[in-house]
Amino acid sequence: MSSVHVSPLKVYFGIFGALMVLSAITVGAAFINLGSLNPVVALTIAVIKATLVILFFMHVKYSSRLTKITVVMSFFFVAILFAEMFMDYSTRGLPYLPPSLR
Amino acid sequence: MSDAHVHAAAHPLADGHGLAADHGHAHHPALQHHFETMSQQREAGVLGMWVFLLTEVLFFGGLFFAYTLYRSWYFDAFAAASKSIEILPGLINTVVLIASSLTMALSVRASQTNQRKATVNWLLATIVLGTVFLGIKVYEYADKFAHHHVPGASFQFAHVPGPGEAHEEPAAVGHVTTMGPDELERTTQLFFSLYFVMTGLHALHMIVGIVILFIITWMAHKGRFDSEWHAPVEMTGLYWHFVDIVWIFLFPLLYLVERHN
Repeated sequence: MSSVHVSPLKVYFGIFGALMVLSAITVGAAFINLGSLNPVVALTIAVIKATLVILFFMHVKYSSRLTKITVVMSFFFVAILFAEMFMDYSTRGLPYLPPSLR
Repeated sequence: MSDAHVHAAAHPLADGHGLAADHGHAHHPALQHHFETMSQQREAGVLGMWVFLLTEVLFFGGLFFAYTLYRSWYFDAFAAASKSIEILPGLINTVVLIASSLTMALSVRASQTNQRKATVNWLLATIVLGTVFLGIKVYEYADKFAHHHVPGASFQFAHVPGPGEAHEEPAAVGHVTTMGPDELERTTQLFFSLYFVMTGLHALHMIVGIVILFIITWMAHKGRFDSEWHAPVEMTGLYWHFVDIVWIFLFPLLYLVERHN
């Protein structure tokens, strides 16, 4: 009774290759002037890499719905953390504003 | 073993007496008494591990927020400080750590398919790659000490012209113009504080991971795992991949700020 999903080896090597290519693109893109899009590109690639690791190396693609919800919740909570902290810092008054806005 | 499972599965509604009669031979030795089946036990384990990783995501999330806030406040300092870091060791470490995630995933797969020798070997490969990562990290930290880039009493930061720039005065170099040397030193120290806390916490996770990997490797060597029960390998894998994901974000955020200038 093997209810556990066993991925073919080529999936693991394929994901590894994709992660390597994406790492190279991250470094390459950092040397191209994209203005304010540079961090956006870097983080987008990082999110894609993390998603590949979570889905295939961590087998979340083949996990139960409850596990999938837990995974999504972890990042949802981080989003709440960021939102609350930004609200806090942006309403604290002058000493806590970015130096350029004081 | 599979016979026992067929037997157990044939009586899903067995009452207390039936279960008592089954005890001692009906199930996998690793099945804890509070679970009905191995797959239920496995499911509970995976879920529990992910709840732990959720707390870890939030743990690092606080640091990523601190980074985001101070980067937005002192962007010029973050750019200057990030440019003082060598990319190559960071890139090599990225490759090494993703490779270690691959070997970890392969060892989980080997344990799923009852390949004891392969499980042990892939675990050993993961330990080696993790140790290489930490070794390169030691080199990088030593470099920071040598350049006085460690926050504290002896911290110093002056704009060092990159290979493309002539030996101009700092005042002539890009963004840094708005900052005096004192403010540059004060604000770059923030970047390096975050650098050491974030990579240090990450490295601590790796040290813990390597210790766990040694234990798991020993258990695998002793033949403690089979395709039905290899939860420790699987859970260690989830932990190790999480540590890999943290690095996937740390690398561009710490090493690659404003490299195009």
